[in-house]
Order: sequence, then structure tokens, then C-alpha cells
Amino acid sequence: MSLIEFKNVSHKDILHNITGSFKENKITTLVGPSGAGKTTCLKHINSLLSPSQGNIYFKGQDIEQINKKELRKEIGMAFQSSPMIEGTVYDNLNLPKSIFNEKLDTAIAKDLLACMDLSHIDLNQKVKVLSGGERSRLSIARTLVNEPKVLLLDEITSSVEYRMVREIERLICQLQKNVGLTAIWITHDLEQARRVSDDMWFLKDGHLLEFGEASLINQSDNTYIQSFVRGEYE
Amino acid sequence: MTFTQLLLSLVFVLIPLVLTLYLKLGLENDIIIATIRSTIQLLIIGYILTFVFDAENPIFIILMIIVMILAATQNVIKKGSGIPGIAWTILLAMITVELLSMSLMLSLGIIDFTAQEVIPISGMVIGNSMVLSLLFVSEFKEEVKRSDEIIELILSFGGDKKSAVSGSLKSAIRTSMIPTIESQKTMGLVQLPGMMSGLIIGGADPLEAVLYQLLILFLILMTATIASIIVGYLSYPRLFNNKLQFIGIKEES
Repeated sequence: MSLIEFKNVSHKDILHNITGSFKENKITTLVGPSGAGKTTCLKHINSLLSPSQGNIYFKGQDIEQINKKELRKEIGMAFQSSPMIEGTVYDNLNLPKSIFNEKLDTAIAKDLLACMDLSHIDLNQKVKVLSGGERSRLSIARTLVNEPKVLLLDEITSSVEYRMVREIERLICQLQKNVGLTAIWITHDLEQARRVSDDMWFLKDGHLLEFGEASLINQSDNTYIQSFVRGEYE
Repeated sequence: MTFTQLLLSLVFVLIPLVLTLYLKLGLENDIIIATIRSTIQLLIIGYILTFVFDAENPIFIILMIIVMILAATQNVIKKGSGIPGIAWTILLAMITVELLSMSLMLSLGIIDFTAQEVIPISGMVIGNSMVLSLLFVSEFKEEVKRSDEIIELILSFGGDKKSAVSGSLKSAIRTSMIPTIESQKTMGLVQLPGMMSGLIIGGADPLEAVLYQLLILFLILMTATIASIIVGYLSYPRLFNNKLQFIGIKEES
């Protein structure tokens, strides 16, 4: 069942007439070369950007009609660079609560760290001493504080050592199955997309060239995708 | 001081001019232009002030203040380009600061509504507000650019405009106020303030000069705080659209 639908969505000269959908409780990867419009596409889903033309629907309702604060609590996003505020691990986990003058229970904070295999990290530890992999997992854990139904992941493993890439993939897949999340995951790594995806969107120059079950990407008639699958493009 | 003495004081300009030429610093044109401009501008203002003081007409006092506010606003706007609607925000900040400081001083009987007292003090209030607003706007723009990812992150959690820029806003207000607070801490130890020195040179009793200087210092602290806060709190909402999306600072062309 489709949870999110794009209908003829364009954004300035970055996205062009995109029509496609994301299924509930599945992991869909957005694949394509740099400059394809993947991040722009993702930011439309939690309304950090709005289409110049076309409509996006969440649970059948036009996103533009949904209260932004409520929408963004339901659709969480982990950013590519895992931005952190100065301070401790707890300060960062508490950020989604502190902006509403609320406080995250420390037991829940510890559970979230455990969920991302970060039990070894103290809540009072400064974030500046964390490794790239730890920051990335902390960023995902922080996104889970609002208990979102949809998780948007923007190249979350791009600055992480290879060993940790596989670990993060495992954790996300496990989380998706346990909690029943819908995940939309940007990656330029086709192998990663194959490992984690149920479905795949293939974007190039702001156009959606193909979308559907991940296994179907290998059978695409599109010559660019065929070349990409053969590894001829980065 | 006579015009002859003023002409003789040009020796203080000649020395840096000769040194600039000798060291090939390429600043000779700027020094000449700065000297000519400051001389002409100050002489003009001297004649205007003489006229206004002699006229003893409140309308001229108000006109002088309006000109000062417009000139100061124009100066800050140049630095603030990139923030939508900054012109009106700064104009409002300047007017508020001037109205607040003057109404407080006049109602408390600290000064009288005379050109000799209102115009120089307004000049200092508006001038300092201008410098502080310039510092704030410049720092706020840099902070927003540095923190664009954190701003979007907070929006992505469902945060509002204020919570998204709160860190940048507070940091810019603090940074713009620190020089005023720090300079006040060393006042009288490291330097004698310009106004106080001017009064003493003009023959005023040093203690009376100190009292006036303290009044100005307290006033500047208030105006610095209020100008930064007004400009900050009125300009940050314009960094977002009505869909709670971050527009950011527009790059200057």
C-alpha cells in the first residue's frame, strides 16, 4: 500500500515532473548519480521544500494541507553530515524534545543508544569526540526520539568506515522490521541499495527514470540505468 | 582653536601620507579622500549645528535627529543586504532606541530639551546603535550561514522559526554586545573616552565631564542591547517562508 505519492512534482530546475510512490513498511532507496535531485526529492517528503508544480500526498492527504509540525514529527530525517549541536550526547538526543520545552527521559535516551548499538557511549560524553560512525548512528537515534512513522535517510553512511557501513545497514533493516517503519534512503552506492531495498527509485538530472521492486532495476530498458548497473558511472 | 591651528594640524596627515608613499602601501588616495571628506563633512555639520543652536527651534532639533537616523540606517542596510526587509527593521530599531533613550532622559530630568544637549547625545546614541547593528547584522549573517544544517535539522523535528535560529540569534547578540561591555570594563584605565576628553579640552570641570561620560556609557549599554535585540528578533522570521521552510541568506551579487 502506498504511503507517500508524488504526482507530477517539479521543483525549479532540479526536479522534473516526478510521479511515483513509496510503500508503507518498506525500505525504498533513492539511487542515482550526484546532482540527480535525490536530496531535493527527500526534503519534499517532510516539507522542508515545496514543489513548484504538482502534489505530494501522505496517507492520501496533500502534504501542503498538513500541519508542518505534525507532519515533521511523523516523518523524521537524518541528514548526510549528521549535524550536531555543541554539547553532550544527551543534549543532542534531547534536541527534538528541548525545542518544545520538554525533556527526554534518560532511560529512553539509553534505549535509543542501545537500539543503534551505542550502549558503550555515556550520555554525558561530548559529541565532538565521537567517530564518524558513532555520529551517524547518534543522528539516526536522535531522529527516532519523535517516534516517526517514516524515516528519511540522506546518505547516512557516506562518511563512515566500510566496516561500520554494514553495521548501520543491519541496524536500520532490523529497526525497520521491529518497529514497522517506512524508510526512504538515499544512496549513490548501488550495491548498498541492493542489500537494503525492497523498492528503488532511480533518479537522473531530476527525472525519475525507473521505480519499482529493487530486483527489477537489473532488467531496466533504460540505457543509462543499464550502464549504471554495470558500474560504468559513479 | 583657530583655522590656522587646524591647518598646522595637517602635519598629522602628512606624516602617514609620506610613510605610505615611502612604503608603497597604496593608501595615499584613501588618506587624502578621508581627510578632505571628514574636514568638509565636519565643517558643514559645525555650521548647521551653529544655526540650529542659535535658532532654538524644536523642529530643527527633530529634523537633525531624523537625518541622523536615516544616514545611520542607510549605512547598516548596506551590510544587511541578503536579509529580506532589513531596511525597515533597522529603521524601526533606530527610532525605538532614540525615542526610548530621549524620553527616559527627558522625563527623568537628566537633560533638557535643548539643541546643545539633545543633538550631541542623540548623535552618540544613534551612532553607537549603528555600529552595534552593523556588528550584529554581520555576525548574524555569518552565524546563519554556519548553522544552516542545524536550522534545517530543528525544522525537521517540527521546530518553529524561533527554535531553529535561537542558537544563531543568541550568539550574534552576545558577540555584538561583548565589545561594548568589555570596553566599559577598562574605561578610564586604558583610555579616556572621547567625549570626556573633548569636554576637558574645552575647559569643563573633569568631574562634570566624568558624570556626562558615565551617562553616555550607561545609555550606550542600553541602546546596544535594545538595538541588537530589535534587529535580531524582527529579522529572523524573514529567513523562513510561511510553510516553515528555511530560505536563508540570499547571496549578494
